[in-house]
Amino acid sequence: MPGAIYAEGLVKTFGDVRALDGVDLDVPEGTVLGLLGPNGAGKTTAVRVLTTLLQPDSGRAVVAGLDVVRQPNDVRRAIGLSGQFAAVDEYLTGRENLQMVGQLYQMSARDAKARAQQLLERFNLADAADRTAKTYSGGMRRRLDLAAALVVSPPVMFMDEPTTGLDPRNRQALWEVIEELVAGGTTLLLTTQYLEEADRLAHDICVIDHGKVIARGTSDQLKAQTGGERVEVVVHDAAHLTGATEIVRGFGKGEASVETHTRKITVPVAGGAKLLAEVIRELDTRGIEIDDIGLRRPTLDDVFISLTGHAAETENEAANETANEAERKENAK
Amino acid sequence: MTAVTTAIKPRGALSQSVRDSLIVAKRNLIRMARIPEVVIFGLIQPIMFVVLFSYVFGGSISVGGNLSPDVYREFLMAGIFAQTVTFATAGAGAGIAEDMHKGLIDRFRSLPMARGAVLTGRTLADLVQTTLTVIVLAIVAVIVGWRVHEGIPKMLAGFGLLLLLGYAFSWIGALIGLTVRTPEAATSGGLIWLFPLTFISNAFVPSNNMPTVLRHIAEWNPFSATVQACRELFGNLPPNYPVPDAWPMQHPVLASVIWSVLIIAFFRTLSVRKYRSAAA
Repeated sequence: MPGAIYAEGLVKTFGDVRALDGVDLDVPEGTVLGLLGPNGAGKTTAVRVLTTLLQPDSGRAVVAGLDVVRQPNDVRRAIGLSGQFAAVDEYLTGRENLQMVGQLYQMSARDAKARAQQLLERFNLADAADRTAKTYSGGMRRRLDLAAALVVSPPVMFMDEPTTGLDPRNRQALWEVIEELVAGGTTLLLTTQYLEEADRLAHDICVIDHGKVIARGTSDQLKAQTGGERVEVVVHDAAHLTGATEIVRGFGKGEASVETHTRKITVPVAGGAKLLAEVIRELDTRGIEIDDIGLRRPTLDDVFISLTGHAAETENEAANETANEAERKENAK
Repeated sequence: MTAVTTAIKPRGALSQSVRDSLIVAKRNLIRMARIPEVVIFGLIQPIMFVVLFSYVFGGSISVGGNLSPDVYREFLMAGIFAQTVTFATAGAGAGIAEDMHKGLIDRFRSLPMARGAVLTGRTLADLVQTTLTVIVLAIVAVIVGWRVHEGIPKMLAGFGLLLLLGYAFSWIGALIGLTVRTPEAATSGGLIWLFPLTFISNAFVPSNNMPTVLRHIAEWNPFSATVQACRELFGNLPPNYPVPDAWPMQHPVLASVIWSVLIIAFFRTLSVRKYRSAAA
C-alpha cells in the first residue's frame, strides 16, 4: 500500500532548468521524511507540487490517498502547509489570522473561533492573541504560522524549512512541537538545510540535488554508507606534521589526509577507543606534542558533502537564482 | 479534533465562493482600518485636484462657449470623481502584490477555498474604500460650490456608475498585482497609465477642442462614457454644450455600464487564471 505521501517520477521544468527530474517518494503513514538538499536542489518545488500549488509536467503524486492533480481541493482539505516565509497577515491579530484560516477551511465561524483559542493556548500565544502579528517576534510568527497549518488537524503536514532564521532556543522549541505532532500520528514531510534537524526529527531521509534523489535511507544507513570512524590529530608544531602522519597512517586502514594550515591529520580506522589510546601512546613515545586528538564518526554533514560535493549550508546562490529566475519566466507566460 | 473536522459541511460552489470572498474582504477591511494612512493619502490627491483645477483652470477653460468658473467647476467634478475611483487600481494591485511577496497567496492557495475568492475579496474591500473616498470628495465638492440639478435618484445612479467603474478598474489592478514582483512596482504600474487614460478624455476639458485623433480616442475612452453619464445624471452640463456624435457620448449611461461589465469580465477571467498558477 502506498504511503500517506507518494510520488512517482515527478518532473517539473522551468525553461531549461529541470527543477524536478524524476523524483520518487514514499512516506509511510505516521512517519517523518526529511528532504535534504542545497538551495535550488528542488526541495521547495517538490513541496509545491505535493501541496497542489504547482502542476507537475509529468509523474504522479498521491497525498492522503488523493491525487494532487485530479483532486486538488480534496488534497487541500487533508493537508497543512507551513512555508519558508511565515505566511501570516501581519496586520491581523494572531486570533484573527487563525479564525480566518479556519473559516477558509470551511469551518463555521463558531468552530473556527473555538479552534483558534485552542491553538493559541497550545502554541503559547494566548497572551499575544489580540495583538497584531506585526508585533510578534520571529519565533512567535513561526508558531502562529504552524498553528495556521494545523487548524483542521490535517493527517498530512508539509513544512518547508520550518526553522530557517530562528535562534537556537526557538528552534529547539519548534522541534518539540513537531515531535509532539508526529507522536500524535501526523505524517510529515520536512525540508531542511540543517542536518541536525533532519537527524533529530526524520525517520527517513531523502537527499536531493539537481532535481534528483541521490540517496535515501535512515540517518544511520546514510552515515554507514559514507564510511566508518576516523582518527583526527592536530599536532602542536607544524614541523612534526610529516613524522606524525607516518605514525598515524600505520594505525589506519586507508590513506591519510593532511591539512597543513590547521596541522590536522585524518585517517580512517577500525578499532575504536582502544586504538586511539595506542596512537596517543606512540606519538608520546616519539615526543610529538599534540593539541587535539579524537575519534570521529561521520555526521550527516559528511554524508551530504560526500554525496553532493558541497556542504549543505553553503549558499548555492547560482543554482538558486537560475531556478527562481526560470520559475518567474514560466509564470510570466 | 474529529468534532472539528466533521463540522466542515459541503457548500454549493456559489455560496462557498460568496462566503470565502466575504471572509477575505473582511480581512482586507481590517487591514485598511489598521493602516489609515493609505486611505487618508488616497483622499488628499483628489481634494487637491478639485481645488487646483477649479481655481487655477476655472475661468480659462470654455465649456460650451461659457467661461464662467462656476460652470467649469460643475463640469469638472464628474471628471475628478471618475479619476478618483480609477485609483482603486493601484490599491488592489499593491495589496495583491504584497500578499504574493509575503507568501500569503501560497497559504490561500493551499486552502480548500473558492478559487476567485482571494481576488474578489480584495476588490470588494477596495470598493468599500472607494465608496468612502467618493463620499468625502462629494462633501468637499459641495463646499466649493458643486450642485446636482436632476434629483436624488439620478445622483445615486451617477454614483453607482462611478463605483462600478472603480470596481472594474480594481480588477485591472488585480492582474497587475499578480504580474509584477513587488508592491512598489504594482503601485506605479497601477498609476502610470491612468494619467494618459484620464487626460485623453472629457474629464478635465471638453473633447471637442482636441486634435482629431485624440478627440476620437477621448470619445471612445471607457472612462469618458462614465464622466459624460455622470454629467447628464448630475445635471452638470451647460445648456448649449455640444454633445459629440460618437455613440458612447450619445448613450453614455448604457456605454458606461457596458464598458465596466466588459472590463470586469475580461480582467477577472485573466486574473483568476493567473492566480491559479501564481508563485511567489
